[in-house]
Amino acid sequence: MKILVCITNVPDTTSKISFSDDKKKFNDAGVQFIIGPYDEYALSKAVDIKEKNNATIVVLNVGGPETEPTIRKALAIGADEAIRVNAAPTDAWFVAKQIAAVAKDGGYDLILMGRESIDFNGGVVHGMVAELLGLPSVSPVMKMDLEGTKATMAKEIEGGKEWLEVSLPFVAGCQEPIAEWKIPNMRGIMSARTKPLNVVEPVAVEANVSYDQFSLPAPKGAVKLVDASDPAKLLDLLKNEAKVL
Amino acid sequence: MSILIFAEGVDKSIKKSSLEAVSAGFALAQKLSTEAIAIAIGEYDAAALQELGKAGANKVLHVNVAGYPSAIAYASIIAGAAKEAGASVVLLSKSALGDGIVSRLSVQLNAASATGVLAVPEVSGDTLKVRKSIYTGKAFAELSLTGAVKVISLAKNAVPVKEDGAAATVESKTYPLSDLAGKLVHQKEEKASGDILLTEADIVVSGGRGLKGPENWGMIEELAKILGAATGCSKPVSDLDWRPHHEHVGQTGVKVSPNLYIAVGISGAIQHLAGVSASKVIVVINKDPEAPFFKAADYGIVGDAFEVVPKLIEAAKKL
Ligand SMILES: Cc1cc2nc3c(=O)[nH]c(=O)nc-3n(C[C@H](O)[C@H](O)[C@H](O)COP(=O)(O)OP(=O)(O)OC[C@H]3O[C@@H](n4cnc5c(N)ncnc54)[C@H](O)[C@@H]3O)c2cc1C
Ligand SMILES: Nc1ncnc2c1ncn2[C@@H]1O[C@H](COP(=O)(O)O)[C@@H](O)[C@H]1O
Repeated sequence: MKILVCITNVPDTTSKISFSDDKKKFNDAGVQFIIGPYDEYALSKAVDIKEKNNATIVVLNVGGPETEPTIRKALAIGADEAIRVNAAPTDAWFVAKQIAAVAKDGGYDLILMGRESIDFNGGVVHGMVAELLGLPSVSPVMKMDLEGTKATMAKEIEGGKEWLEVSLPFVAGCQEPIAEWKIPNMRGIMSARTKPLNVVEPVAVEANVSYDQFSLPAPKGAVKLVDASDPAKLLDLLKNEAKVL
Repeated sequence: MSILIFAEGVDKSIKKSSLEAVSAGFALAQKLSTEAIAIAIGEYDAAALQELGKAGANKVLHVNVAGYPSAIAYASIIAGAAKEAGASVVLLSKSALGDGIVSRLSVQLNAASATGVLAVPEVSGDTLKVRKSIYTGKAFAELSLTGAVKVISLAKNAVPVKEDGAAATVESKTYPLSDLAGKLVHQKEEKASGDILLTEADIVVSGGRGLKGPENWGMIEELAKILGAATGCSKPVSDLDWRPHHEHVGQTGVKVSPNLYIAVGISGAIQHLAGVSASKVIVVINKDPEAPFFKAADYGIVGDAFEVVPKLIEAAKKL
C-alpha cells in the first residue's frame, strides 16, 4: 500500500504574525516553522497504517528550499521518502495542480491531507486534488479504519458526526482525534537524513487568484471590567452599549 | 449572466448563514446589474423557500433529491445549475461542506475561488476583490479573483440578512449527479437535534477547564438557554470527554464568529483565541485577573464562575 501525505510548512501556532512595510510579504524573521497541525494528524495516521498494514509513506510539500527542515521532520516521524515541488505555494489552485500532477501516475492508494492549512485557511486543496484526479474525498475525518480496500470513517458535521464507507483510492482531510501525534525518536531522526528527498519542478498553472495585500487586525481596546457582585451590570452593558442582546 | 447562491438547510429550513449568502448575492447582483438566483437542494416546503426571496433571491431553483447529501453530489448539481444559468459568480456559506463544494466547483467551472470571505465582494471590471482572514484569525488578506467564473464562500455572520426582498418564483429542477457521489456510502449519523448549531449561533456560551468537571455544565447550559445561545468549550474539555468534540472551539476545533462570545473558566490560550477572534463582542469570566483572555475581551468579570454564573442567570431571567 502506498500513501501520499501532503504537508504544509507553516508558522508555529504561537507565532506573532507580521508583514513587510509594503504589506505584500509575510515577515518570517524569528518565526519558527512547523508541519501544519492538521497535516501532522494526517502523517500520524499514515504512520499508524504503516505499522499495521506495511505501507510506504511519501510526504509531499509544495514550497521553496526553506521548507526542507520541516520535510525532514516528517521523514523522522515515519515517512519513507519525500517530494518537494520547488515553487512558492501561491494559492490553493496552484498547489492543488502541483499535488495532482505528482499523484497522477504515482499509484497511491490513499492521499491524506490536513483539513485545512493554518496559514491560508482555505480548506479546499484536498477537494480540488480529488476532483482533478476523479477521486472521492472526505473531510474533516476524525476516525478511519481500513479493512482491505475499504475504509470506514467518522466525519465531523455541524452539530455531530456521520459514518461513511469508501473504497480506496480516495483523498481525506484529517483532524484530531484520527491518530496520536508521533514524537520522532533518535533512530528516526538519524535515518531521516539519508531518506530520499526528491525535488521536482512545478507544472505551469494559469493563476486566477492573487494575494494583493496583507494587514493586521486593529488592536483591541482595554477590557471593560464589571464587579463580580453585579452581573446585571454586565447584561446592561451588553444590551445597551454593545447592543448584542 | 447571473449570481447563483447555494442555500443549505437544517431540519428542512434554510440556515441563517445561507440567508446571509443570499443577501450578499443580492447586493452583488445589484452591483453587476444582474439577478440573484438561489438553489436549494433537498426537501423544503414553500414557506421555507420563500425565506430565500425575502433575503434577496429573485428566483429559486428547488432540486428535491433524496439520498446522502455529500459535497460531491451538491457540487455536481450546483455546477449544472451554474452552467444553465450562465452564472458568473457562485456564492455560498463557509463550512466543511461548503469547502468541499467550493473546491470541486472551482475545478468543474474552471473558476477562481476564495473561502471565508468577510464582506460582499467589490467589483472592479471583471475582477472581484475580496477580504478574508488568514493565519487563523491573526491577519487579513485582500485577494483579486479573475477569470469568467468565481466561486466564493462567505464567513458566517459577516453579512446581515436582508428581510424585505420580494416574493421569488420557485422552479423545480433536476441536474445530473456525478458518478463519484455514489462512492460514498453513508452509514449513520449522530446529531444533536433541536439544539442551536454552534457555528450558526448569534451567541455562544463556552466553558473551560476552570469549570472542574462535566457535572458543572448545568449552569452553562442554563445560561445558554436563557440567552438563546449555543454551548462551546475549550479543547481540554472535549479531550477529557466532558463535552462532545464538535463543541470544541479554536485552532483545531470549530471557528465561530457570533455577535457575542461568553467564555467561562477558559484561560485564553492563543490556540483557543484562534477560533473566537472573529466574534463581534467577547465577554470573559475568570477568577484569575492575569488570564490572557482578558486582553482579547471587550467585557470581563474577575470572579469565581460558581458564584458569578448563577447570579448572571438570575439577572438574565429578568431581561
Ligand atoms: C497545536 C495545538 C492546538 C490547540 N488547539 C486548541 C483549540 O482548538 N482550542 C482550545 O481551546 N485549545 C487548544 N489548544 C490548547 C490550548 O493551548 C490550551 O491548553 C487550552 O485552550 C486551555 O484550556 P482551558 O482554558 O479550558 O484550561 P486552562 O488553561 O486550564 O484554564 C482554565 C482557566 O480557568 C480559570 N478558572 C479556574 N477555576 C475557575 C473558577 N472557579 N472560576 C472562574 N475561572 C476559573 C483559570 O484561571 C484558568 O484561566 C491547542 C494546543 C496546541 C498545542
Ligand atoms: N504547499 C502545500 N504543500 C503540500 N500540501 C499542501 C500545501 N498547501 C496545502 N496543502 C495540503 O492541503 C490541505 C488543505 O490546505 P488549504 O486548502 O490551504 O486549507 C493542507 O492541510 C495540506 O495537507
